Amino acid sequence: MSENNILAPQDRPKLNPKYLLRWEKSQDAYILLYPEGVIKLNPSASEILKRCTGQLSVEDMVAELSSLFADAPDITHSIYKFLENSYAKGWIDNTGC
Amino acid sequence: MPKDGSTTQAVSLDGQGKPMWLVLELTYRCPLKCVWCNNPLDYEQYGRKELNTDEWIRVLREGRELGALQLGFSGGEPMLRDDLEILVAEAEQLGYYTNLITSGVGLNHERLQALKKAGLKQIQLSLQSANRQLTDELVGARAHDLKIDVARMIKAEGFPMVLNVPVFRQNIDQVQQILDLAEEIGVDYLEFANIQYYNWALLNREELLPTREQIVHAEAVVNEARQRMGKRMTIYFVIPDYYENRPKACMNGWGTIHLTIAPDGAALPCQEVRVIKGLEFPTVREHSLSWLWNDSPLFKKFRGDEWMKEPCRTCDEKEKDFGGCRCQAFLLTGDAANTDPACSKSPHHHVIEMAINRARSNNKEPRPLIRRQPGAVITSFMES
Repeated sequence: MSENNILAPQDRPKLNPKYLLRWEKSQDAYILLYPEGVIKLNPSASEILKRCTGQLSVEDMVAELSSLFADAPDITHSIYKFLENSYAKGWIDNTGC
Repeated sequence: MPKDGSTTQAVSLDGQGKPMWLVLELTYRCPLKCVWCNNPLDYEQYGRKELNTDEWIRVLREGRELGALQLGFSGGEPMLRDDLEILVAEAEQLGYYTNLITSGVGLNHERLQALKKAGLKQIQLSLQSANRQLTDELVGARAHDLKIDVARMIKAEGFPMVLNVPVFRQNIDQVQQILDLAEEIGVDYLEFANIQYYNWALLNREELLPTREQIVHAEAVVNEARQRMGKRMTIYFVIPDYYENRPKACMNGWGTIHLTIAPDGAALPCQEVRVIKGLEFPTVREHSLSWLWNDSPLFKKFRGDEWMKEPCRTCDEKEKDFGGCRCQAFLLTGDAANTDPACSKSPHHHVIEMAINRARSNNKEPRPLIRRQPGAVITSFMES
């Protein structure tokens, strides 16, 4: 990932170790926990962040999620945009390709 | 009510009536004597009543059942509890995100490793200045060098770290030096928290409140550092509500997301609330956490907006700030249901303006600071 947050298809995003992603039954949702904070994730955000393991490239992610959310319009663009926002917020790091 | 920085920073999750933030004040005991301490003035009387390990474990279990997610181990100095590691391990197993809030005194290499092993997620360490003499003077003990050592150990063990700097007149001009030190240590989150004026801090307010000029300067230094450091370090700057003209959204509203358990087991909407006279503070020894949170008269007292008087009742900002802080309203106006006088719409706002004017005055007599220590104040007249 370059300085201006633009992702390449071969990049392999990884959840920042300061953040903890897990299912929370009482919220019926995935949540992101970090020092002094909680973020409740919607289903698509959860599916994307679950795949930020440093193993999967962005293009692999897009392929997997496209079959999962077959009805969503322009899913590729949405995934890139969400990942770039997540990177800007410090939720994910980029481990390169 | 303290440290609402933590509520405004990041809780983007609506509590939906759940106490998402659970703070356990494991003890009021502390080796330091900070003049801004937010523990009660009569903290000594709680020493005999501290919950034991099994009682805290029950609180942890019931807290998770109520939907609590973030857990703070606080005090006093929580390192003085030798069952801390047991409680962290239990909390971890229950699924909390565990935060340790400490002065650093009592943290050593062995206990850090034990806490890591128990699953502790994050450590918030307090530091008062970038200078040994000043820190030691402010906390009333030789603590500065130890704190710096502990900060480096925390990073070496791989914990995310919040460095919390309580800010007041004596250290606010050191913001740049503290930023440099934090950067060198590799702090992840640096929080400059202008202190809030309750308990010991209120006793010493005249000597502690910074001037507006000091705050403006400090904030400019922080903004410059934010530009420079970007994502490497997150910097919070909590300005004092005295200079805001609008009250803080204290605790995100009474009994909405915050639940504090005091050392004696009292379930509190905030850590300071026992300053309000005439309320009853039932404990986890007599009641379930569910009853205390959902049904106790204390938590219902200022929940929602039914209790509000003018100007809050018809104010279009009441959903935003909930009328401010009930403790501050009580301490400065005598009625906890009044508008927080930090609000410029409050008919009592002049009490805040007077305090600010005194802070600016150059020709006042300096007063000695009252340290938090046994016998510093006589509290036997405080029983309501």
